[in-house]
Parts: sequence; structure tokens; C-alpha cells
Amino acid sequence: MYLTQYLLLAAVLFCIGVYGVLTRRNGVMVLMSIELILNAVNINMVAFGVFNHVDGQAQVGGAVFALFIIAVAAAEVGVGLAIVLLIYRNRQSIDVSEASLMKG
Amino acid sequence: MLSLLAQIDQVPFIRPEIDWHAVAPELILLGLGALVTTLDLIFLERIRRFMPTLTGLTFLVPLIPILTLWNDSESLPRSMFDGAYVVDRYSLALKILFLLSGYLVVLLATDYMAEGDYYDSEFYQLISASILGMVVMSSARDLISIFVALELISIPAYLMAAWRKRDLKSNEAGLKYMLMGVFASAIMLYGMSILYGVSGSTNLAVIAQSDILRSGTRSIVTLAVVFTIIGFGFKVSAVPFHTWAPDTYEGAPTPLTAFLAVASKAAGFVALMNVVLVALPPQATVVEPLMWVLSAVTMTVGNLIAIRQTNIVRMLAYSGVAQAGYMLAPLAVYGQTFNETNPANAIVNYLLVYAAMNFGAFAVVLLVARKTRSGEISSFGGLMNYAPGLGAAMTLFLFSLAGIPPVGGWWAKFQIFNVLTQNPSFFGISLAVIAAINSVFAAYYYLNIAKQMWFMPEPNEDHTPIGFPAPLATALAITVVATIVFGILPGITGDLSDFTTLAGR
Repeated sequence: MYLTQYLLLAAVLFCIGVYGVLTRRNGVMVLMSIELILNAVNINMVAFGVFNHVDGQAQVGGAVFALFIIAVAAAEVGVGLAIVLLIYRNRQSIDVSEASLMKG
Repeated sequence: MLSLLAQIDQVPFIRPEIDWHAVAPELILLGLGALVTTLDLIFLERIRRFMPTLTGLTFLVPLIPILTLWNDSESLPRSMFDGAYVVDRYSLALKILFLLSGYLVVLLATDYMAEGDYYDSEFYQLISASILGMVVMSSARDLISIFVALELISIPAYLMAAWRKRDLKSNEAGLKYMLMGVFASAIMLYGMSILYGVSGSTNLAVIAQSDILRSGTRSIVTLAVVFTIIGFGFKVSAVPFHTWAPDTYEGAPTPLTAFLAVASKAAGFVALMNVVLVALPPQATVVEPLMWVLSAVTMTVGNLIAIRQTNIVRMLAYSGVAQAGYMLAPLAVYGQTFNETNPANAIVNYLLVYAAMNFGAFAVVLLVARKTRSGEISSFGGLMNYAPGLGAAMTLFLFSLAGIPPVGGWWAKFQIFNVLTQNPSFFGISLAVIAAINSVFAAYYYLNIAKQMWFMPEPNEDHTPIGFPAPLATALAITVVATIVFGILPGITGDLSDFTTLAGR
């Protein structure tokens, strides 16, 4: 097993996520694309944690960071879905490109 | 993965030493915030009237341990968790700034929230959570604690931006802020994961000493550094990551706009300073040009768009973008000036002055809007005729924002120029010239509002005096005194930077 395999997977996921955020118009799909980026980060963190050895011992730092990201991402998505739901109630649409009352 | 788990088993668990005095401010804030939330849940409507007072006390009580820590100067800096959490004069000054900002936001929000028809006690609890994140951020010297503090600041702010539930503008403000914020922090995390991978640690001081960061420019490290800084660039609303700011500022409740424009932006700068000045000195050749471009573009674009605005809140939003550009400037020369004039000192002083004058300007905007029900600049016409005290205070804040002596703003700007020109270099001098040209542009639109107040007629010939609720009057008094004191007693805050001990040098 090589570190590069994990990093490549994470990089591909990251790119898909960024592409999704930039092109999708549906609010929920944008949030899911952001989840993809966060999962790419988690793969990176855990892989680096396993392959980074200090004095012959693997590190827990990366795995701990990944746990924090999972917990915080849950809170972020909870708030995000609440706001998307609020928008849906007020204008019966979750198209983010329609949210353009203010400009300039 | 199994081998990792097997190795964890062999590592003995050692309980970290906790310096209870050093974490007392955070613990008190957390405890009181939880207590206020519980009281609200128990007593519901009966206690709602007292929520602003209770929340204000929540922010003032933690100042006591901060002041005792400040007086006990021999014991500073105190550090915990292998240097992941550091209490020094720099972090204490920032904690005072954040707690007082929280208090000022409560003062600004008291009447605004009481007069609106939306649930109000949750607003104060969300503010407490956000301020706790900022207080933690001042001491955070580890990627994990910086990330958690940043999210603790942001997530309540997303909710507060969408506060007026049935108002489409407020919905839109919350949506834009949340989507951009979550996206930026995801990109920042990807940068942090690579930074952790190449350096083998999440501790900023250890990252600074890792071999790969010290061995010159490498594309993987540059990628990590750029991605990490993009995340903070969003928080401080640096161009090109500023697009959320004007819309969110206009749509959100005005007290929250003051909170985002001052406290949240200051927290972003603290995160940026901690990472750049502690972890990235070895990568100065990469960070400095990036900061030069960000700073120059941010101040220029912010000022050029601010000139065109007719809504005062949007104008203050874009002027805040431009001010962020000035504050980024010292980071463009931090590699050269690190030992002589510390960029952190200039930035922290600027943040203190910026908080005083911007909160003051927002207090005046709130007071005027109570009468005129308008956010247009023309609604300030004739303010000197019917409310000379308020007009004089606003003039003071505008002079300070424009950097005209003797009020606070000039001292803040002077320090920035001082850092930029200390060691004459192309980066420093060229950025100082750009900042000077921008200051002239900025003076034009700030003084344009002063012109409205002094020489233009009242809209609709409405001469009714402006009501002064006690909380807003208190906020105005605090900010006026602070703005004047920072100006006529420059350097009263002293040297607020002792980063040398933090970088492990």
C-alpha cells in the first residue's frame, strides 16, 4: 500500500466536490458537494496520520483531526439544511442562483 | 489502520497539565453562557426582558481573570497541551477586544431585537457562542484548535445572518454567507491536511521547524499554504473572497452586521496572524507576494466600489473590505520586519482602533435609522441641525476611518506605514504608496457623508429629534471615548506582541 493511492483518491474527490459547488444550482446538491470535499480532507488526514511515523510510532493527530472534522461537518450541514429549508418555505425553490435580490 | 490501532494501545495515556488560571476566562464564559441558556429555557417569557443584561454580564465577568493574568506578567507566556494553547499579552489583549465587542453588540442589539417581532433570547445565546470561539481563537496555536474555534465563530453567525425568518433579504444573506463560508473552510481544511501531512504535526510551532518547510519552495507546500490562506481570506473578506460581504451585511440585522464587520473579521485576522507568523516564517518567500497581491487588490477594489454606494450599510461594508486591505499590508513584509517592528503589533493596534470607530459608526446608523427607517446616505441630511451631538460623533468616526488626526484612525494607519517602510524594500515601499493613494480615495466617500450631515437639508423637512435609548447611548459613549483616547494618546496599548516566544525561537 502506498500513500499516493490515498492522496490521489482524495484529490479526485476534492476536484469533484469543487466542480459540484461551482456548477450546481440546487442548494442541497451544493451542500453535498461540500461534504465530498470534507471527506477528501478526512481521507488525507487519516492517510497522513498512518504513514507519518515519528520515532517509529504512527501518529494519532490526523485521525483526531478527522474526528473533529466529522463532528463539525455535521453541525455545518445541520445549519445549512435549516437555512435551505427556510429559503424553500419563503420562495418554494432551492435554486441558489435565484437568490439575487441584492447586487452591486 | 489496524497497525495504527495496535500502536495506540502501546502509548501510555498521560493526563495533560491544565493551567486553570489561564483558561479561567474561557471556562467562565462557557459556564455563564450555558447558565443563561438554561435560565432562558426554564423561565421563558418571564426572563426575556433581562436577557441583554445577563448576556452583557456574561461578557464582562471573564474580564476579571484576564486582568489578573495581565498583572501577573512574570508568569506570561503560559502554555498548555504542548504549546497548542498559549496565553500571552497578545492573546489577552485580543480577548479583551473580543469580550468588549460582544458587550457592544449586545448594547446595539437590545432595542433592535426588542422592537422586532422575532424571537430574541436565542440571538444572545448565539452571540455568546460566537464570542467564545473568538476568545479561544486568540490562544489557539494548533491547526485543530484554530479550525474548531473558526467553526464555533462561524456557525452561530450563519444562523444570525438569516435571523429575520420571513424576510427574503435576510434569508439570502444567510444562504450566501453559509455557502461561501462552508466552501471556504472546506478548502482551508484541504490545505491544512497537506500542511499536516508534509510537516507531521498540527502544532504551529512544530510545523515551522519541520524540514520540508525549511528546505525552500516546494509546489506541495505552496499549494497547502495558498489553500489555507484562502480560507482565512474569506473570513477577513479579502478580495476576491469578499463577494458575500456586502449582500450579507445589507440583509442581516444591523447589530449583527456590526458584529460581522468588526469582531468576526478581527477573529479571521487573528487566525491568519497565528498561522502566518507562527507556522510560516520559513515560507515567507511564498506568503509575502500572496499577501502583497491580496492587500493591494483588497484595498483598491474595496475603495473603488465603496465610492459608488448609496446605502450606508453597504458603504460601510465595502469600506470594511478596504480597511482589511490595510490590515493585510504588514503581512506582505513580515519575513523582513519580524525582528524590528513586529507586524502583529501594528495589526492588533489597528484592530482595536477599527473596532472602536466601526462600532461607533454602526451605533449612529442604528440611531438614525430608528427615526428615518432608511439606510440611504441621503437620510443623514441635516443631522447637524436637529441632532448636533450625534452628528459630531459621526463626524469623529468618519475622520477616524479616513485616518485624519487627532482621532484614533491616524495612529493605526501610521503604524501600518511604519512597518511597511522600516526596511526599505520594493514590496514594502510599493504597498505603502498604494495604501497612501487609497487613503485619499477613502477620505472622499467618508467626508461625503460628513458633507450630507453638515450642509444638506433634512429629507422630508422632518425635524423631530432622535430618541436615545440607554443601551445605544452607552455604546456611543464607549466608542467615542475609545476613538479619542487611541488618537490623542498613541501607543497607550503598549507593545502587544510577544510572538518571539511562540515561534519557539
